[in-house]
Amino acid sequence: MERKNQNPIIQWIVKTKILGILFFVVIGAFVIYALGQALTNNPSLFLQQVVNGLQLGFVYALIALGYTMIYGIVRLINFAHGDVFMVGAFTSFFTISRFNLHLWFQNLFPSFPAMPAQIIGAITVVLASMAICALLAFTIEKIAYKPLREAPRISALITAIGISFFLEYFGALNFVFTPNYITYKRPFEVKSWFIGPSGFGTIESGVTSPSNSIIFSNIFVIIVLASLSLLLVLQYIVKRTKIGKAMRAVAYDKPTARLMGINSDAVISITFALGAALAGAAGVLYAIAYPQVYFTMGIIPGMKAFVAAVVGGIGSIPGAFIGALIMGQAETLSAAYISTPMRDAIAFSLLVIVLLIRPKGIMGEIASEKV
Amino acid sequence: MMLEVEKINVYYGAIHALSDLSFGVNEGEIVALIGANGAGKSTSLKTISGLLHPRDGSIRFLEEEISQTSAEEVVRKGIIHVPEGRKIFAPLTVLENLEMGAFLQTDKGQIECDMRNVFERFPRLKERQNQPGGTLSGGEQQMLAIARGLMSHPKLMLLDEPSMGLAPVLVEQIFEIIREINKQGTSILLVEQNAKMALSIADRAYVLETGNIVLQGNAREVMENPSVIQAYLGG
Ligand SMILES: Nc1ncnc2c1ncn2[C@@H]1O[C@H](COP(=O)(O)OP(=O)(O)OP(=O)(O)O)[C@@H](O)[C@H]1O
Ligand SMILES: [Mg+2]
Repeated sequence: MERKNQNPIIQWIVKTKILGILFFVVIGAFVIYALGQALTNNPSLFLQQVVNGLQLGFVYALIALGYTMIYGIVRLINFAHGDVFMVGAFTSFFTISRFNLHLWFQNLFPSFPAMPAQIIGAITVVLASMAICALLAFTIEKIAYKPLREAPRISALITAIGISFFLEYFGALNFVFTPNYITYKRPFEVKSWFIGPSGFGTIESGVTSPSNSIIFSNIFVIIVLASLSLLLVLQYIVKRTKIGKAMRAVAYDKPTARLMGINSDAVISITFALGAALAGAAGVLYAIAYPQVYFTMGIIPGMKAFVAAVVGGIGSIPGAFIGALIMGQAETLSAAYISTPMRDAIAFSLLVIVLLIRPKGIMGEIASEKV
Repeated sequence: MMLEVEKINVYYGAIHALSDLSFGVNEGEIVALIGANGAGKSTSLKTISGLLHPRDGSIRFLEEEISQTSAEEVVRKGIIHVPEGRKIFAPLTVLENLEMGAFLQTDKGQIECDMRNVFERFPRLKERQNQPGGTLSGGEQQMLAIARGLMSHPKLMLLDEPSMGLAPVLVEQIFEIIREINKQGTSILLVEQNAKMALSIADRAYVLETGNIVLQGNAREVMENPSVIQAYLGG
């Protein structure tokens, strides 16, 4: 045993963790000051970064939801989740480029107005990727994770890493996704608008938009709407439906849930499928926004979404969403104002900072339940 | 017999928790299972409800072998296990906890009717129906655990220490409720530390010691047995 320091001031400092709090207050104040400066110096540049960050954050949110749901129910960090996202992106690449799935409605009803027909086509593409990813995760869970349900947690974790490598390098085979970077064909034309002091308008190709305005595209609108509506659907499922309530019961106490007649294995499978479907949708949206697909494209977004889920409080659905929006902002703002190569380092150090202040993450109370 | 446990052996890894254990419950009975800490009472209930499976021996419920049946299926057959320590789903509301109890019920109208009956029996739960289960007091949680069990229309209810940690008035109340549930046609297997209370409402009783039945008979006989008085009734 070490001798306890009796000095009341030192004791007080230790007890209240005042130094740490002070440190973060100073950093926080500085960040807020710097952002305020950035906003006043060049509002349009700043707001443009916020828009870009939102676009990224809403995609991360969809991936992070899967991490958090799966962790919540089986206490597993599913490292293969980012690769499921990749499979979602590739699925849409094939459905669009090979099968013209995005055009099925237009082809079937040529006289139908073009815009809604395009929307229906794009939604079909997203749904197809979601279904394939759900099926994939369902299979992975049955084959790889279920046999390890009663094994020590580290076994399942290592298996998840193995599955992740398998999906990547199986994907890299020439008759699967190939090891190449592939240009992605969007299921619709990109349209951009500007908004600013000089008003609102469409950006025509070859014409520069007025200075001091913020540019956003239909991709941004689609990502935000899709992500929000999927979040609402998920929230509805988890809060209101019988299966959602069963998910929460199993997450909280599996043996007791089984005593109620809940088939916990089925509930866990459904949770994996649901999380993977969201990752699949994220894969499509990500490929639409940054139109290139390749077999390792899931690693970095997967990592970022994982950090987002932890920052938000792993196990918490609103937490994952908030964490993802923060990650998106951290990434674009640090790219714009600090340095582009540093942006990932800064985004990840956010993890360290948040966990130092709140080890359970921003919304992490729920995660404190016993396992 | 409604439930017949015959010579079951249950292990936790190398630990032999129940050895050649046999007992049973007749239709309409309250049967008490008493014994010291670690005797294997909870293990017996978990084995009946399918959370554990015996290595050998048989468990028959309404003439059907259920010793290897999964927990979910056992509920479907009409056995509900109200576990030790209440095991309320703390983040779920009282109402949601009850809905989970009715998980296998498919008739919505029937569920609503059951819900009304439960609220009539436990008015406190009605007041708190939208509150997370974890915020209820110990006594209220025990009421909720029993109520949740009733939602599955059990033919046989396994109760593991329903009086644990409750004030004497509440204990009386809980035992009164158990008796009522039994009168309405549900058979009951009751595990208790509070042997006196348990024996006072039971028809028959078994005394369990380190995984074995050492004494059995109708409740009055067991209550008057000198070794039981010595060991469990503080005589
Ligand atoms: N999960 C487990 N792993 C290993 N041994 C266990 C486990 N659960 C119970 N045991 C052991 O099995 C024996 C019986 O336990 P059980 O919980 O059935 O006792 P009990 O009669 O319910 O006791 P109490 O009155 O304290 O609840 C004990 O020796 C206990 O240590
Ligand atoms: Mg016990």
